Amino acid sequence: MSFINYSSREINCKIVYYGPGLCGKTTNLQYIYRRMNPDSRGKMISLATETERTLFFDFLPLSLGEIRGFKTRFHLYTVPGQVFYDASRRLILRGVDGVVFCADSQLTRMDSNVESMENLRINLREQGVDGDRLPLVMQYNKRDLPHAASLSDLHALLNYRNVPEFEAVAKSGVGVFETLKAIIKYILVDLKKGGR
Amino acid sequence: MAQGHFILYDKEFQGFQIALKKLLADSYAKIVFLVDKNGSLLASAGETADFDTTSLASLAAGNIAATGGLASLIGEKEFSILFHEGERDNMHISVVADRLILVVIFDRRSSVGLVRLRVRRASTQLERILRDVDEKALADEDGGIEELTEEDIESLLK
Ligand SMILES: Nc1nc2c(ncn2[C@@H]2O[C@H](COP(=O)(O)OP(=O)(O)O)[C@@H](O)[C@H]2O)c(=O)[nH]1
Ligand SMILES: [Mg+2]
Repeated sequence: MSFINYSSREINCKIVYYGPGLCGKTTNLQYIYRRMNPDSRGKMISLATETERTLFFDFLPLSLGEIRGFKTRFHLYTVPGQVFYDASRRLILRGVDGVVFCADSQLTRMDSNVESMENLRINLREQGVDGDRLPLVMQYNKRDLPHAASLSDLHALLNYRNVPEFEAVAKSGVGVFETLKAIIKYILVDLKKGGR
Repeated sequence: MAQGHFILYDKEFQGFQIALKKLLADSYAKIVFLVDKNGSLLASAGETADFDTTSLASLAAGNIAATGGLASLIGEKEFSILFHEGERDNMHISVVADRLILVVIFDRRSSVGLVRLRVRRASTQLERILRDVDEKALADEDGGIEELTEEDIESLLK
């Protein structure tokens, strides 16, 4: 649910990076943080375990300039991917305006990808959000690894809505901003339509 | 209200600001701010320049969400008041009308009892304003920003 303040002329939107553990969600945010102009981004907050696994969420606020006289702010969140953190994932999804589903391209991770996608739909439905209409883009990450699934397989397994999809190597930044731009655009188009 | 946007117009925004300023003064706090449960900052008052309010807003919402999760595990609806005590500064976090989060940061010049008292009064006022926000939202069904064009969106993403 975006927050529009007509008085201070601001739009706030919430983007959640979803996907199985270790697929590269935190890496996406870290790359965006490093590459963004410091004027356009706030502090990145990571609530992580000592071994740098996301415990609750990562948070990165961006302010991207004006659209029709409104300052636009996007709050990026990641969820913890491990199956047993489901309660936390549900909390972070509250009020989401758009999701980046980050998949791990490695063949051995296909079941986890599918399971996480299922989990996303269930958790959205639980909050009364229509998982078939919420702005969503797909990112197939870790394209650099040798045992990666083919694009057509990833598409067939995960992209049943046929939403925009991107190949990525988040570690080196490939595809990271393309993905971000696509979800922002999707959200703004959705906003234009007057919401869900 | 679970759907669509949360739209705040000038009158209610000013109302929130005035309520927060009064709370700030009455409770001798350093800073007070109002956040929605998704972590967006709605309004604030006090020494805001000294704090990263965006991060504070997001973490306060995460804090309420997490303790809310804990509450439901033990059969409680929600812990509607949280109090964090620091060496210098303390933080009082409370839920207003199930939807908003009111945060007060204060030091030795004030006390938790006083803050709690003043927060209760401010909450009533904030709830009243929130009702006006809801009424406007109902009157203005689709809300949103109708005039957005493809070009607007493209220019933002250049
Ligand atoms: N080879 C490769 N490794 C990656 C890529 N993206 C992330 N990683 C690594 O995968 C691991 C898990 O990444 P992380 O972002 O913490 O995953 P998260 O659990 O989804 O947040 C880290 O060691 C990253 O360096 C990628 O595109 N290629
Ligand atoms: Mg992570």
